[in-house]
Amino acid sequence: MASVTQLQRQFIEYTTSLYKEGYLDDQFTQLQKLQDESNPDFVVEVVSLFFEDSEKLLNNLATALQQKVVDYKQVDSHVHQFKGSSSSIGAQRVTNMCVHFRNFCEEKNLEGCLQCLQQAKHEYILVRNKLEALFRLEQQILQAGGSIPMME
Amino acid sequence: MACNYEEDVPHVLAVDDNLIDRKLVEKLLKSSSCRAVTTAENGMRALEYLGLKEHHQQNNGSKVNMIITDYCMPGMTGYELLQKIKESSVLKEVPVIIMSSENIPTRINECLEMGAHMFMLKPLKLSDVKKLRHQLTNVEVEKR
Repeated sequence: MASVTQLQRQFIEYTTSLYKEGYLDDQFTQLQKLQDESNPDFVVEVVSLFFEDSEKLLNNLATALQQKVVDYKQVDSHVHQFKGSSSSIGAQRVTNMCVHFRNFCEEKNLEGCLQCLQQAKHEYILVRNKLEALFRLEQQILQAGGSIPMME
Repeated sequence: MACNYEEDVPHVLAVDDNLIDRKLVEKLLKSSSCRAVTTAENGMRALEYLGLKEHHQQNNGSKVNMIITDYCMPGMTGYELLQKIKESSVLKEVPVIIMSSENIPTRINECLEMGAHMFMLKPLKLSDVKKLRHQLTNVEVEKR
């Protein structure tokens, strides 16, 4: 059973790598800064909302792109939402993928859109897995009686 | 810090069609001081809340000290909402802040010319909102 110190070190290393590899950006730090005693689960709440919302958006995108006549305005509208929410929580790689996606929407390029959808889905699943791992680490630290290290 | 929900607690209306952004802006505002925050998911709902329907001010509108709205919304854009607020004799003095994820100078100028108090780039940070709160205090002081 890892000690609190080991868990905290793991947490710091993991968080650092997530920022370094571009999965998360400064906006995620902003979310953490908003968490306080009056709202101790704020980050998990917002991120959970993001997960739910994203899954809906990805489904809507798949449906919209499967139509006989694709409504690119509608597709773009969904991507705009996805770009917005991913940007708000700091999921940088997802946001960047959405930027490419919007370009293909503008060009009405179906092939490009379908590719971007797959890539956006892929990036979303990656960041979701990583955030879930991060939250699990936090729980382990708290349960072992430690506190979550502040990342600057 | 004690919250006294009396007359002098600023009441902010935040309008955004994105659920995550609504939650974020609400928390950002509440973290800046004790604020009563109401959120609306689109321009129509915002106008209903403010008691403004088809150019007539209804008496059952809620009083707010500031409105912060997203620009890109389906149905009614933030700009159109701003326009309606500025056309209202009752609401035109309420400072309106427009937020957008897109940094488009013509859009920004358009909003400022229509009377927006400020334009802010998304995603919002705590420092942005703190600056805003400071400004809002100044606006209120100016009016006295």
